[in-house]
Amino acid sequence: MARVGVFVCFCGANIADYVDVPQVVEEVKRIKEVKYAVEYKYMCSDPGQGLIRDAIVQNKLTSIVVAACSPRMHEKTFRKALSDAGMNPYLLEVANIREHSSWVHQKDKKAATEKAMDLCRMAVAKSIANEQLHEISVPVTKRALVIGGGIAGIQAALDIADARIPVVLVEKSPSIGGKMAQLDETFPTLDCAQCILTPKMVDVASHPYIELIPYAEVLELQGFVGNYKVKIKKKASYVNFKTCTGCGACWQKCPVKVPNEYNMGIDKRKAIYTPFPQAVPNKPVIDAEHCTMLTKGKCGICKKVCLPGAIDYEMQDEIIEREVGAVVVATGYDMWDPTPYEEYGVGRFKDIITSLEFERMVSANGPTNGVPQRPSDGKVPKNVVFIKCVGSRDEAKGIEYCSKICCMYTTKHTILLHHKVHDSHAYVFYMDIRAAGKGYEEFVKKAQVDTGTTYLRGRVSKIYKKGDKLMVRGEDAQIGQVVEVEADLVVLATAVSAPKDNPELARLLGISYDKYGYLSEAHPKLRPVETAKAGIFLAGCTQAPKDIPETVSQASACAAKVCGLFAGDTMKKDPMVSTINNEYCSGCQNCVKVCPYGAIVTDEVPIGHGSKELRTVAKINEGVCQGCGSCVAICRSMAINLAGFTDPQIINEIVSI
Amino acid sequence: METEVKDQLVSIEKPELVAPPNWEPVIMGILCNWCSYAGSDLTGTSRIQYPPNIRIIRVPCSSRVDPWFLIKSLQTTADGVLVSGCHPGDCHYISGNYFARRRFLVTKKLLNFVGFHENRIQFSWVSAAEGPKFAKVVNKVTEDIKKLGPLHLYKKENFDKK
Repeated sequence: MARVGVFVCFCGANIADYVDVPQVVEEVKRIKEVKYAVEYKYMCSDPGQGLIRDAIVQNKLTSIVVAACSPRMHEKTFRKALSDAGMNPYLLEVANIREHSSWVHQKDKKAATEKAMDLCRMAVAKSIANEQLHEISVPVTKRALVIGGGIAGIQAALDIADARIPVVLVEKSPSIGGKMAQLDETFPTLDCAQCILTPKMVDVASHPYIELIPYAEVLELQGFVGNYKVKIKKKASYVNFKTCTGCGACWQKCPVKVPNEYNMGIDKRKAIYTPFPQAVPNKPVIDAEHCTMLTKGKCGICKKVCLPGAIDYEMQDEIIEREVGAVVVATGYDMWDPTPYEEYGVGRFKDIITSLEFERMVSANGPTNGVPQRPSDGKVPKNVVFIKCVGSRDEAKGIEYCSKICCMYTTKHTILLHHKVHDSHAYVFYMDIRAAGKGYEEFVKKAQVDTGTTYLRGRVSKIYKKGDKLMVRGEDAQIGQVVEVEADLVVLATAVSAPKDNPELARLLGISYDKYGYLSEAHPKLRPVETAKAGIFLAGCTQAPKDIPETVSQASACAAKVCGLFAGDTMKKDPMVSTINNEYCSGCQNCVKVCPYGAIVTDEVPIGHGSKELRTVAKINEGVCQGCGSCVAICRSMAINLAGFTDPQIINEIVSI
Repeated sequence: METEVKDQLVSIEKPELVAPPNWEPVIMGILCNWCSYAGSDLTGTSRIQYPPNIRIIRVPCSSRVDPWFLIKSLQTTADGVLVSGCHPGDCHYISGNYFARRRFLVTKKLLNFVGFHENRIQFSWVSAAEGPKFAKVVNKVTEDIKKLGPLHLYKKENFDKK
């Protein structure tokens, strides 16, 4: 005979104000299996838990019902209380009388009380059918996969590897470094981005615990937390990285010129190229789309000049597999394309450039050797207009959110312009100046004083050409007048947008993304680096726009999460998994078909006791099973049951009210 | 063919019987843990009010819902059943809600065939962020069932009397 203890919580006034708790206790006491029932102000508090512990020992209870808040809130807390009293923690049931009764029926205390009673009855009935369950230990593959080799991926990989956990870092372009490698100086300290980034890039390449796989993409992820199998496509580089010395003879002689992505297309690179001089790994790859040897079979110069003989035109894409226990996604961001701003003349006027193009121009290793030039005639611009919020905070043409970094990088650009062209003058059209961050406001204030930049609060309505100048017409809302500024160069602070490949990546990883394409975290405040899928973490702008310090913090947070996951040799797993009763199993294998995890395989057992003849039955791999219960519902012979949600438990719930 | 069958159907609904005064239906809500149950919790946290007729059962995934549960509910305690899962494509268990949807449609057809009104069993997608939607769904289901009246034939008390 079951002996059930019921503990009804007041939750301060949260439950007690809308549900007559003493009456619920009286009603519950009438159920014949209930041997003990009591109410208390806060069940989750230490004395509340003590009440449960004492009652278990004194009344020899066989299962416990706590009627309180949602099981999603405190199920773990109460399970621990049961464990502490020497009882199997899975003999607990939680009746959710707060979220499902007191909070949603605040106008009708009688109905709420009756509903609370029913919920208690259901929980008591279910708990009677509860069985003792034990946590399952699953082995963990202590290796992490990091997708994306920008500053987020680099930081996460280094932090994980420093904890002596092997890391596989996959980067889609030929070199790691990401967007940060394209920056000249960084706000608010004006550190040279290359100077702080390249040592980290070299560390990644030389770290004994990091396997760097550049020029590659993740194709497939299978498995579950602690035991993922990942398929990676290594794109054909047509250069054997093992024999290549990185001497550069090939790209110096290559006759094919292609717009250089690293410099935002301002200058040209060759068809065989390293993205930039400090690239890691510093080995060239052949751009198969433009190489005439690969497209037309003519040329072959790079092979002739390559002394180590590293060029291989026959190279194919290669698919490799790795086993990992956790994944960090750090795929960064794209710059938003400002084409919808037709009134600015984007595309029509050469002297309108985006902020990243400006960044490359003022960069010491950039296409113009650090001096900004007008794309139309190569002259050094004197009057430069910066327009902020191009795409950001614009529901009509762009995206609703604030890109967070544009205010700061535009301020930085005004300083860089002032440094490179001393007699220049900058104008900034802005909506607001958002400078929240350590040292940010001070940076903006100082830049305004030092550079003498004219800040005009308002939107630009039109840009038109007058001679070889651009006339920027906009509103100065502070004086309430239309202003016109004559500009040599216009720089658009384009928005940060989610990488266009994110939805596809999210699908293959089995995680979710928001309406903009940013990957979704498990909880916006309390679990910002985890995804809803256990063992997959997010770092950097792939989750939302961020500046470098925030990105680095999030990447380190990911590393801490990964290290925590790998802290033990095995991982504890909920025992809510399916079990098969071989006697009932007819071997139809419908369960094998519906299992989303491939956790069910077939097995052979003797037909009868001592028989040599075999028959097929299904067999469940406990470590792989995630406990969804698809197989239970599909099983015609009712041979499968899901621990924690067995048929008797649920039927008991249904018939109890 | 289908219409012919329909004509021959004997409905077990008894609209001619008047519901007793102050009658309130009981609705069994079977919700998946990751989306709809979390969504119903959010309805509570946001203090959105809805009718108190629903009794909620938590299952890991809507694909755990055996047709047996729906039939048993209608046979014994409930005047209607609501099954709710994650939105298509959002299933925590990758594909569970698709199985649930197919199985639910078949069950609904079967129950319809034996004479239950189609509104007695309903299905919805409610995500963990859709607290207001859950309240809306419960409102609608409760209204529908109230219109249909008590499920006289298959109620526990009827069984007990026999």
